[in-house]
Amino acid sequence: MSGITERIRTFRQAAGDRWRAAPRWVRWAVLAAVIVFFYALPNKEFYQYLGPIPTTESNFGQVLFTVSIYVLLAVGLNVVVGFAGLLDLGYFGFFAVGAYTVAVLTSPSSDIKTLWPWLAVVPIAIALTTVSGVALGTPTLRLRGDYLAIVTLGFAEMIRIAATSSSFLKGQRGFNQIPHPPGHYADGRPIFGVLDPRPYYWLVLTLILLVVFGVRNLTHSRVGRAWVSIREDEDAAQLMGVPTFKFKLWAFAIGAAIGGLAGALYAGKQNFVNSQNFELLNSIIILAAVILGGSGNIVGAIVGGGLVAYLIERFRGIEVFGVELYEFRFLAFGVILIIMMIFRPQGLIPSRRRAAELKDRRKEVIVGG
Amino acid sequence: MRQRLARVLGGVALVALVAGGAACSGGGDDAADGACGYKIAFFGALTGSSAALGINENNGVKLAVDQYNKANPDCKVELVELDSQGSPDQAPQLAQRAIDDEKILGIVGPAYSGESEAANPLFAEAGLVHITPSATRPSLADQGWKTFFRVVGNDLSQGPAAGQYIKNVLKSDKVFVIDDQSAYGAGLADEVKKVLGPAVVGSDKVQGEGKQSDFSGVVTKVKNSGATAVFYGGYYQEAGLIRKQLTNAGVTAPLVAGDGVNDPAYITTAGQAAAEGTILTCPCQPATAARGSFVSDFKALNGSEPGTYSDTAYDAANILLAGIKAGKKTRADLLEFVRGYTGEGVAASYKFTDKGELDPAQVKVWAYKVQGGQVVPDQEIPKA
Amino acid sequence: MDFDGLFSHFGELTTTGLAQGAIYALVALGYTLVYGVLRLINFAHSEVFISGAFAAIWTWGVLGLNQDSEVSGLGSIVLYLLIAMVVAALASALTATVIERIAYRPLRRHNAPPLAFLITAIGASIAISEAFGIFTRRLPQGVPNLVSNEPLFHIAGTPVRIMEVLIIGAALAMMVGLDIFINRTRLGRGIRAVAQDPDTAALMGVNRDRTILLVFIAGGTMAGVAGMLYDIRIGALTYSVGFLLGLKAFTAAVLGGIGNLRGALLGGLLLGLVENYASGLLGTQWKDFAAFVVLVVLLMFRPTGLLGESLGRARA
Repeated sequence: MSGITERIRTFRQAAGDRWRAAPRWVRWAVLAAVIVFFYALPNKEFYQYLGPIPTTESNFGQVLFTVSIYVLLAVGLNVVVGFAGLLDLGYFGFFAVGAYTVAVLTSPSSDIKTLWPWLAVVPIAIALTTVSGVALGTPTLRLRGDYLAIVTLGFAEMIRIAATSSSFLKGQRGFNQIPHPPGHYADGRPIFGVLDPRPYYWLVLTLILLVVFGVRNLTHSRVGRAWVSIREDEDAAQLMGVPTFKFKLWAFAIGAAIGGLAGALYAGKQNFVNSQNFELLNSIIILAAVILGGSGNIVGAIVGGGLVAYLIERFRGIEVFGVELYEFRFLAFGVILIIMMIFRPQGLIPSRRRAAELKDRRKEVIVGG
Repeated sequence: MRQRLARVLGGVALVALVAGGAACSGGGDDAADGACGYKIAFFGALTGSSAALGINENNGVKLAVDQYNKANPDCKVELVELDSQGSPDQAPQLAQRAIDDEKILGIVGPAYSGESEAANPLFAEAGLVHITPSATRPSLADQGWKTFFRVVGNDLSQGPAAGQYIKNVLKSDKVFVIDDQSAYGAGLADEVKKVLGPAVVGSDKVQGEGKQSDFSGVVTKVKNSGATAVFYGGYYQEAGLIRKQLTNAGVTAPLVAGDGVNDPAYITTAGQAAAEGTILTCPCQPATAARGSFVSDFKALNGSEPGTYSDTAYDAANILLAGIKAGKKTRADLLEFVRGYTGEGVAASYKFTDKGELDPAQVKVWAYKVQGGQVVPDQEIPKA
Repeated sequence: MDFDGLFSHFGELTTTGLAQGAIYALVALGYTLVYGVLRLINFAHSEVFISGAFAAIWTWGVLGLNQDSEVSGLGSIVLYLLIAMVVAALASALTATVIERIAYRPLRRHNAPPLAFLITAIGASIAISEAFGIFTRRLPQGVPNLVSNEPLFHIAGTPVRIMEVLIIGAALAMMVGLDIFINRTRLGRGIRAVAQDPDTAALMGVNRDRTILLVFIAGGTMAGVAGMLYDIRIGALTYSVGFLLGLKAFTAAVLGGIGNLRGALLGGLLLGLVENYASGLLGTQWKDFAAFVVLVVLLMFRPTGLLGESLGRARA
């Protein structure tokens, strides 16, 4: 059996090497093909040939929208956790701030009846979320590791309770009739209607590409290098003159902005936002998705986010021995986390730097261990 | 070595095939002839913490479909069960799944108000009629959904009735009102406070959805207020804990609550002794008072007694089935049929207002009592 | 702000707050012990607590009791409580051991970064609570009425109930026991040594793995007893309550000074009081909010807590 794993590993390494050695145009062509594939995916005429991949028990197009939102969130969290190494357990709070900003400013059920159109509110939502990210980060980023995680967790829960109990934010009653993104077809029908999830999905997909492009440029710049140095050894980085606090705050703010964008998009489709959207479990799911996919690595985050969201829906309606698998999804989730951390902590698609880091740590000797 | 590899690959392929096959069979079987093979769907929580009511309703719908199929063996109707877990997040994709299946002509549900907010816009857009047996949020009817129908009274009828009961039957002039900040619970509590006016000696809010289990703060306040009746707007889990902790603290005042507390788990949580004497209101008639052999038929098919909203779900399904029987084989036709429907069911007589609400003359709110570990009907609460 | 609400109920809010705080304190001990020795926040400790709570209910079920049983006679009540306590402690210790062996030890072998430990702990916490949830069909489990709630005596007009005395008494007794264990026994000395300097302790012949296991078992035992007491106090158990309670117990541990045993007691009692006063002042729905405010403010401004730390660092 070990022979098989050896062969798989050498196969993967060979594939990875070939990919890196291939000429640029080949890589671009493959990338383009993949992107086209994902754009074509929600069309029924296309995906009905994909066998067991499309979900049967819920509409695949709608599921793809949910998956795309999760991917966007995973990309955002990856900036915070993967690149800068900051453990944020309350990331979903930024999503909620974005969604609620849109809700309060556009919904007819809000107390301040501003009733602005969706498109105008999105930049405000992103701005507000970024500000909240900075506000959250400034006092807390001095803390390290575990404590930062717990503080962000505490803040997320505080926001949830405030949303439930404050009358301005309307608790569970929530905000309804949030308007959709604008746009009309030639015959007057709205592009972003109620039934067809595809335009929303395509919108989010396009934004994912833009965000990924932006983040990638950032990681190849001075900022990205600073993040790597902070992640590997913060004290050494400070000694070398890297303004660690400033860059950590940048990471937080960017991650928050992406989360807010995702929230605004979600609100625009769902038309209904209430305090039930704030569940802490969602933060943990996204964190796990980033880790599982491979933190510190944009492709890993995309794969992780997509896989987790997709599998959760895919399990619906499947019965094994008369028991609904769907009921077990979180149990399986927890177990997978444990297993992954023991056997493959670098994630499914590791960043090579990360994998190397972890390998080095293993070799360190611990006395009495 | 190659043999092993081949075996492993073969095994993987086999598993993939089986999984694919299982997944395919999980979906709806669309092999049906043109004139028949129609379906109705139930949309509600069948698993998860809110499942008790959903299962009650689904069983009621099952009975209706079963009886219809026995009476019409050559043109059966299939029931599709859509488990939403009561969550608004998952509602759109499930709703879309129902809309995509052209054989589904009508929906019983969505069971909860939260998921209704998320799913109903899609149904309305698609022109797919949906009759809810239990989503009682009043604002649902005001959103202009042409496909929305409700076969129970909404919270605006249940709240004042609870208040009336406390005032006239319990004759309590010192009432403590608690709610769990949910749209349902807070809505009921607000209505009760309006009816009782100065009789309310104190009020408090707790966290619902299983987030809070230590209610010593509330209990202390209730005790010190000297209340002779306590009203709780919310669901059974917190109600059970509050009731038990109240009794433990020596508060014997009766607890009055709404239909969200009407669940066997309330009695298990609070313990029979503490739950004794709890009053539960419901905009539904007692299933035992239901006409005909509904109760015995239900037991024969589902193996359990009908629970809360089983009867209204049964009636809702029957309205849809009556339409199909009358030859309405398109969604538009069935929608018109329901809109103009008048008829009798086991829980009430049905006629809908133009907003889809049940005709106010037909709304009956009953009070039930917990006695000896069972929920038994107490009396109908007359309209003020 | 309902100041009248706070002052008129002050006495009872205090007694009930102390009772709840005692439960927090017991669970906090688990967090503080593990952190003191391993510098690890054992996120899964909340499920260790839940295992004990469920084990107690299961025990009573086996003994023929459910939420409707009437039990009389001091002897049999004490017996039921003791048996359930022992079983709960065992179950929790077992759960803690399993978590340590399966989830944490392999990571220690690989010298994994702290992030990995946290993720694994979260995974274990989710897995265990979901397992309990599926097993109980997510319904609350009733607890028999074993302990009466009659007032034992009165202080300044406030009734002090038998149940509260029992809980606070049991918690204090367990803590004294733990204190003796840590400070007066050979095994306890080993724990303190590993907490202070693991490498030197290893050089002096202390088996690190065994000591760590011991720490988990000790913390687990405390949590198990807390679970039984929680059952008695609340009256019913739902699978999902572990998470919030664990978070509050962690807050209590930090409040007292993480790594400090007496601090855990102080922190727990104090947190119970603060929560209750907040619910009197602002309304019960803000109770958890108050606890989180304490947590966040503490971590940001005084992570060493009230009594300071005996061991370990909070901020690098």
